[in-house]
Amino acid sequence: MNDKNLDELTSLARETRRLIIETGHTCGAGHTGGSLSEVEILIALYFSFMNIDPQHPDWEDRDRFVLSKGHASLGYYTVLAQRGYFPVAQLKTFDHEDSALQAHPDMHKCRGVDFSTGSLGQGLSIGVGIALGAQKKNKAFRTVVLLGDGECQEGQVWEAAMFAGSKHVQRLIAVVDYNKVQLSHRVEENLSLEPFAIKWESFGWSVLSVDGHNIAELLSALSRAGSMSEQGPVVIIANTVKGKGVSFMEGKFEWHGKAPNDQEYAAALRELDTGYSNDSSKSR
Amino acid sequence: MKLGEEIAQRTAFGQALVELGAERPTMLVLDADVGPSTQTHLFGQAYPDRYIEVGIAEQNMVGIAAGLSTLGFIPWISTFAVFMTKRAGDQIRNSIAHTRANVKINGAYGGLPTGRAGATHSAVEDLAVMRAMPDMIVMDPADPQEAMACARLAMDIEGPVYVRTVRCAVPVIFPEDHKVELGKAVKLHEGKDVAIISCGMMTPRALKAAQELEKQGISARVLHMATIKPIDVEAICDAAESIGKIVTVENHSVIGGLGGAVCEVTAEHAPCHIKRLGFPDVFLESGDDEVYFHRYGLDIEGIVSTAKSLAEGG
Repeated sequence: MNDKNLDELTSLARETRRLIIETGHTCGAGHTGGSLSEVEILIALYFSFMNIDPQHPDWEDRDRFVLSKGHASLGYYTVLAQRGYFPVAQLKTFDHEDSALQAHPDMHKCRGVDFSTGSLGQGLSIGVGIALGAQKKNKAFRTVVLLGDGECQEGQVWEAAMFAGSKHVQRLIAVVDYNKVQLSHRVEENLSLEPFAIKWESFGWSVLSVDGHNIAELLSALSRAGSMSEQGPVVIIANTVKGKGVSFMEGKFEWHGKAPNDQEYAAALRELDTGYSNDSSKSR
Repeated sequence: MKLGEEIAQRTAFGQALVELGAERPTMLVLDADVGPSTQTHLFGQAYPDRYIEVGIAEQNMVGIAAGLSTLGFIPWISTFAVFMTKRAGDQIRNSIAHTRANVKINGAYGGLPTGRAGATHSAVEDLAVMRAMPDMIVMDPADPQEAMACARLAMDIEGPVYVRTVRCAVPVIFPEDHKVELGKAVKLHEGKDVAIISCGMMTPRALKAAQELEKQGISARVLHMATIKPIDVEAICDAAESIGKIVTVENHSVIGGLGGAVCEVTAEHAPCHIKRLGFPDVFLESGDDEVYFHRYGLDIEGIVSTAKSLAEGG
């Protein structure tokens, strides 16, 4: 677990949420709901599981990460900044003209971004390509792809899943931020993914399910996935809550692509400071 | 390859990949179940470890290639041009063009010749789609020799390149040492009465048409555009200014391809009379290629007749 203990990771996650709300409010932009739901996943990856060096973002043996749900860039940039890829102060340029922090992550503009994303459903294929390339070059690094649940309605996700499962692509780990809500409705109302785990299994993947806001569970699942991925692809279905940590944002599709106004900002910060987000039972 | 010999351009392209594969150990080829048709299966036979069959999943093929390119591999992806540029168009745009991934794209079965497969399989708009994509280079080689030269040039360019090939046999017009220069037209015939600007498999026909026109007392300049993007602005402007009458000829819709590109250049820099030969705004149908080429004025006779009436008219 690198040198961070669980308490430190938990407090980092609290800080991530505060920064997401603050940046979103300052910049008047961002996908708040999906950024808040991915916080613990990103903290577990960037502060513990992944073998990376923020001083050398192009280090060829680093673990790779692809944010397939590219619209949740606000959460991603925040964790990259906390991890030291660029100053936290730079977050205030998010979504601005000529900013390195584009609305959707751009690998040529933002330090630490391994691949550009934004058009949904494409990240898993990219991850399959990277993992295949690693196999061809006898590199041992792992490739992690973070998917949104809504984007699993895209056919390309299942093309990639079929390929990776069928060819036993190694050291490829997908994590699904299963927050159950997409842009316009709950996922099950638009187009249900269930039985979700069975779908992945039948495509040849090993499946782990966790509470995606419980860092200890995430770390343990990632560690298992790391070993299991030597045999073939592994997916971690992380059950999360869209808008996690702010009561009036939780589970609301209205917060998919919206930033808080002055009042909402103040109310959200009050809740985050009083630790509303410590209750992870809602994610089940 | 002898001058005048008729060789399927796809086969020449497939062989070019094998040759290039011997020189470039980082080169890979991916295909979506149509290797025997696109002829990339020749590469698969030569280098089975560097050939990836993805199944009928073009979008995934694009993403895998983009991912591989981040590790220094130079992947070629190949399938029918119609599916490559539309079914996987968003993937090419976002995962290859926007990321400037070093991936080479072969749109096989460009235009009409698809082995009588009709509307669903003919790529009448691939050049238009790919030309409008930022950071994309677009090539439409004239003959088997140039298909090989384009494949080689694409490997020497760092970044995305679209190389269109056709299924049918095309006469060899270029010598073995022919090289393609990015954004440079090749003047195949000099003339002063009319300019014929062509690309792809229409160029051997344009050249024959110019020879026929000569017999009829009309001198035609033939400019071949192997690269539709970047396009040779200078050569187009020179033809517009010194001749003032241009016929464009392409195995593609008249909208957005070579004809569109030439009109854009002349409209801004050197307005002149232009007649675009290509497919009108229609879906093609199954049947004999030459019947349709004739119908749309894309045979030698049609090119002669259009060029002649433009040369003799206003």
